[in-house]
Formats: sequence, C-alpha cells, structure tokens
Amino acid sequence: MLPRSASAFCGFYVAKADASLYNKASQVVLTHHDNKTVLSMMNDYKGDLTEFAMVVPVPVVLQKGQINVGDRKLFERIDAFSAPRLVEYFDPDPCQQRFAADMLMESAPMGAAVRKGMSAKRTKSLGVKVEAEYTVGEYDIVILSAKESDGLETWLQESGYNIPSGARRALKPYIKQKLKFFVAKVNLKEQAKTGLTYLRPLQFAFNSRRFMLPIRLGMINADGPQEILLYVLTKDGRVETTNYRTVKLPTGMDVPVFVKEEFKDFYRSMFDEQVRKENMKTVFTEYFWNMGWCDPCAADPLSPEELRNLGVFWLEEPSSPITSGRPQRRFAPPGRPSGPVPVMVTRLHLRYTPDTFPEDLFFQETQDRANYQARYVLRHPWKGSIDECPQAKPYFEQLKDRREREAETLASLTGWDISTIREKQQSSFEIPVSENNGNGQDGWWKNLW
Amino acid sequence: MTKDSSKNIRIVQAFLMLSILGAGAVAKDFSLDPVQVLLAFLGGLSAQYICLRLLGIKHAGYQSAIITCIGVSLLLRSDNLYAHALAAAAAVISKFSIRISGKHVFNPANFGVLIGLSLLPGTWISAGQWGSGTALAFWLIAFGSVSLMRLRFQLMTWSFLTAYVGIFIFHRVLWMGYETSVLLHHLENGTLLLFAFFMISDPKTAPNHTAAKLLQTLIVAGTAYVWQFEFYMTNALLWSLLFASLLVPVWDRLFTAPQFEWRSFGGTNNDVVSPSHNFRTADARPIAAPVR
Repeated sequence: MLPRSASAFCGFYVAKADASLYNKASQVVLTHHDNKTVLSMMNDYKGDLTEFAMVVPVPVVLQKGQINVGDRKLFERIDAFSAPRLVEYFDPDPCQQRFAADMLMESAPMGAAVRKGMSAKRTKSLGVKVEAEYTVGEYDIVILSAKESDGLETWLQESGYNIPSGARRALKPYIKQKLKFFVAKVNLKEQAKTGLTYLRPLQFAFNSRRFMLPIRLGMINADGPQEILLYVLTKDGRVETTNYRTVKLPTGMDVPVFVKEEFKDFYRSMFDEQVRKENMKTVFTEYFWNMGWCDPCAADPLSPEELRNLGVFWLEEPSSPITSGRPQRRFAPPGRPSGPVPVMVTRLHLRYTPDTFPEDLFFQETQDRANYQARYVLRHPWKGSIDECPQAKPYFEQLKDRREREAETLASLTGWDISTIREKQQSSFEIPVSENNGNGQDGWWKNLW
Repeated sequence: MTKDSSKNIRIVQAFLMLSILGAGAVAKDFSLDPVQVLLAFLGGLSAQYICLRLLGIKHAGYQSAIITCIGVSLLLRSDNLYAHALAAAAAVISKFSIRISGKHVFNPANFGVLIGLSLLPGTWISAGQWGSGTALAFWLIAFGSVSLMRLRFQLMTWSFLTAYVGIFIFHRVLWMGYETSVLLHHLENGTLLLFAFFMISDPKTAPNHTAAKLLQTLIVAGTAYVWQFEFYMTNALLWSLLFASLLVPVWDRLFTAPQFEWRSFGGTNNDVVSPSHNFRTADARPIAAPVR
C-alpha cells in the first residue's frame, strides 16, 4: 500500500466552494510509437462527482472518436502483470503479491447538479475558444483553446470551478505552447446509466512528436508529495525520462522469510527509503519486460485485445504472437499471447513535489532490451535437526551468516532497525544449537551466564 | 605543474573526466559495465595506434585518444559489449580521416557517440542519469578546473553557457512563463555540463577566430534549444554540435586567425599556433619542437 497523502494528476481537480478534493496515486498508461500517443488515465477521485473536473493539456483539438472511456479492469490487469514480486525458492509456486492493488480507484459518492454553460460572448471576450464539446460515456468534455492564462482561469472560475490559486502560472506555459485544454466533468445522468459507483478511465489518442506526460497542472492542489504509476507501452525498448534521473529499484536480493507476511510494508518502506536517498528527484523503474511472457508471472500476460484497448495500435488483428526460440516460462491461457509480442512495458513509479519535479516528464525510448523486474527472494531454511547428520552443523553455521546478510540487506533497503529485524528472524525460525555445545567445544561459554 | 602548459591541461582534463566517470559509475548507477569502458579504451587506443602507424606520424601521443575514450564511455550506453569499442574507434578514425584544411571537423567523442547511437544496435544516451547531487559536484570540479586554465580554453564554455541560459531565460522563463526552477533544473543536467566543459570547448575543432568562436557557440546553443524544445527531439546538444561543426571550415575561411595547436612541452605560457596550411594531422606537430 502506498502513502495516501498524495493528490495528483496530469490535470488538476477543481472544486466548488472549498471542498478538499484529493486525488491520490494516479495510474497512467502511455502508449507511444511513431509519433502517435494513446493516453489512458485513471484516478482514484474521492469526492462529490459534481465537483469533479479534470484539465489536461493536449496538443490538438481532439475529435470525438479520439476520446474513449475505458475499462478499469485494464489497469488492474497491467498493474498485476507488472507489479513488484516476491519469490520463494523452496516452493515450486513462486509467491505473488500485488501490493499495488491497493491503489485502485475507490468509489466516489454521487452528487447533484451540473454547472451551467457560459455565454459564447463572454467566452470570446476572455480569449477562450470552445473548440469542441462532446459527451463520451459519463463525461462531458470540452476542448478549449486560450490566448491568455488569465482569461482561461477566469473562464473556468465563471463556469463554476473554484480554481486553485496558482493555476494561472501553471497554465501559462501550455498556452504559450499553443496547447489545447481537455476539460472533463461528470454527466450525472450518463453516470447513473452506467450503474457504476466509480469513474471509468479516460483515454485519448493523438498524433504528436511530444513523448511526454504533463504533471505540473496536477500539482496545483497538492498538499504533499504525489505519486504516479506509469505504464509505458512501446514497440522496442525501455523507456526512461530524459529530464530526470531514471533508476531501477534494487532487485534480486535475498530478504528474511518473515517479509512474506509483510511484503506490502516491506515494499512501501523500501520505496520510501529509495525516494529519500534520491531526494525525491528520481523516477524509478519497477518493471521492463515483453508483454507476451513473464518469469515468474505475477499475472497472466495481457491478451492482444486488452493491449489494443490500451492503445497498442501496431499489434495486428489476428492474435498471432511472434514466435521465437525464447523459452516461455508460463503457458498462457487460451486467447493470451504464448510468447514474445512486439510490445514492451516499462513500469515507472515516481513520487514528487512541485519543487523536486519542476518540469513535466519527457521520455525517450532507448534501445535497451534487457529485462528487468523488481523481485525479492525468500529462502526458507531446512528445518531438520542439527545432529541429524554431519553436514547439518556447517549448514546451520552458513545459515547463520546468510541470515545476518539478509538482515543487513533488509535494513539497508528499508531503513528498518536491524535489531528488530534480527528478533523477527529469530522468532520466525530459531537456528538449532548443537547439544554438544558447552562441553568444551565451540561455544563452550554459552552456558556460563 | 606549470600552470598554463596545455599538455598539463589535457592531463587535468582527462583526470577530471575519469573522476566524473568513476564517481558516476559508483554512485549514480550509470548502467555502464566496466568491461565496456575497457573495450572503449581498447577500441579507441588501437585505432589511434593504427592511424599513427599508417600515416607515419611520430610526434603524436595518446592523450586526445584517451580523452575521447572517456567521453564515449561517459555518454554512450549500450546493452552489448562491442558498441563502445566501435564507437571509440570510429571517433578516433574520424579525427584522422574527416579533415578540412588540415583540421579535423568533428569533436571525436561527439562523432563517435552519435555514430554509435545511429548505426549500432542496442545503444542509447541517458541524458537524465546524473541527478542533482552529481551536478553540484560537477560544477565544483568544473570551476576548479577552469581556474587552472587560461581564458583561451574557457571562452567557448562560458560563451555557450551564456547563450544557452540567455535563450532559455528570454524564451522559456520570460515569454512562456516557466518558473526559474526549470532553468536551474536544466543547469543540473550532467550532459549539459559535460558538453559545455569538455566538448564544445575542444580547441581543435573550434573556429580559429575569437569572433567566430562566439558566433559558433550561439549557433550551437540556438540549434540545440530549438531541437529540444520546439521539435521535441532528444540529444539536442550533441546533434547540434555535430551539424554546427560543418560550419567551422566556413568560419575559418571568413575569419582568418592562426590555428590552435596543443603544445606538448612545458615551460612556456604560449600555446603553439601554426598557420593552418602547415597543419596535417591531429596530435602531429609540423613545427619542430623538442619532445621530452
């Protein structure tokens, strides 16, 4: 589970009156290839639906067909597939944990009343132009262009939104870049028809050379660090940010077996610690792999249809995966890819504040194809007796060293107190001591006091 | 150390770049394999040796090749072992083969890295890998190092940084309304600093005349800015310098000035300059000079 104090998004939420609207960890799928982008955004908005609004800068006036209301399940699927994982080595079934399931959107209460539209004359006098208006799914969408940030801020305010202070400054660079603004609010009638208690993700597709994600607008109403989980789908290589440091999280370490019971706490603490070490100025890579297979799998690979729904336009219609000599570690169920597909996923995770991330995220697709996953290893000790055979004693001595190393690793990864770790290790499994001890042999002093 | 000995400056430069490489690899997870660095040196130094032998050049050393190899290692990333070696070799070969008016056209590391990026599979440049902690150290090292050098060596660096920051402030901060923190964030970028202090300042590929030097840095800064912020393309500085290098022979024709030459002996504050028509190859000294 990740810290809940965050409020975030590519756009900002604007509230009527002084209602505190907070958006916690957002999830974004960014599909990019050949100057074409499909952006899918899911947020866990909690609050009155009448007060929900999302503002996202977009490079072009989107046609209705370029906007779609997607399925929240797609996010659950890609999250589960790419989540950091824990593996046990004595057990043939690797342990799988999906901490990020906690980050799913929570249901929002129903509200009432929708803002009234503003007169065309007033709109024009503010230098704001309503380029298009659509209702897509449960959302009423307007695409705006503006000449001045003051006018846009006033327009939004007069349209019934309580713009957070500072919006003007954040809007200005986007206006100067001649970007349009995608503004979505909830159409309550349409929302009621869906029968859902939550808002579905919004998706849009557009052509642009910019391979980026606007995050600055979403910082306006932040009251603490914000968090984004970003899944970038590309054709060839790992994606990293060009204007921030991108590092892979420490992975592949042996950690004490009691971590199995508290993997979520472990992962949260480890992420906190890594963020602290990097002064919250770094983007972390949690996963980079082909979308067609996995090892070990935290969840089945996404089907070609699911990938297309997430915007992978280059995947051909018939679900014929590229065959290769690469061993496939998990047989996919029918309809799932059974080997590598021309789709790579880079899972990026960042926590940020306006100070530590002063600029939007810009990306590049590298030619790096080396698989990476955040994966942690449990090695269960053999639970026999120390006197069972001659090899048992050296085994337990080695185990003692190994256990200490695991404790140190865990302390360094998470910043946890090492003596507490040692106690927990001891209570989860006590390394047996030979009965011969205390008879003038090794450890003779142990029984003295 | 003789303060202004240009030989010593190159040694200082190599030492500084090696320190940055070492610190970065250890502290900042450059995803760089030490074997790749070794192979970069192997490729670059072998190419230097072969070129010197083939061209029969006797009075040239390996300092510039070493600096090229460090530059390639600092900038290029790869998922294989051969890319660094080939890029470093290409860099060194370009120094001997792509020449106009007795002067090599491209900064070797710049050329090698971009050839590697464009032609070799599994290569990339991680522009954002440095982080701000490294940037601070970098600025300190850079300031420390330039204090050892005379203005002649610093001109391109400071003129480029002034032009880049000036364009940034006028267009991005004042006109577009970006916060000043965005500028500071860009000034923390290690690639920008590496470029300014160790690449564009390369006196061997710079225009000879001072006015042309200033013009050149303005063009490189402007092109890089447009490349990055208007066309949203990556590795703006490196591409900008590569293309702008083609203008240097034009500037040298328009603005006549003596050509720069590294001097390999100490005891004097003067860099050796030679008329460009006398100059044949990199690292070679056509004028008679005692070599210690």
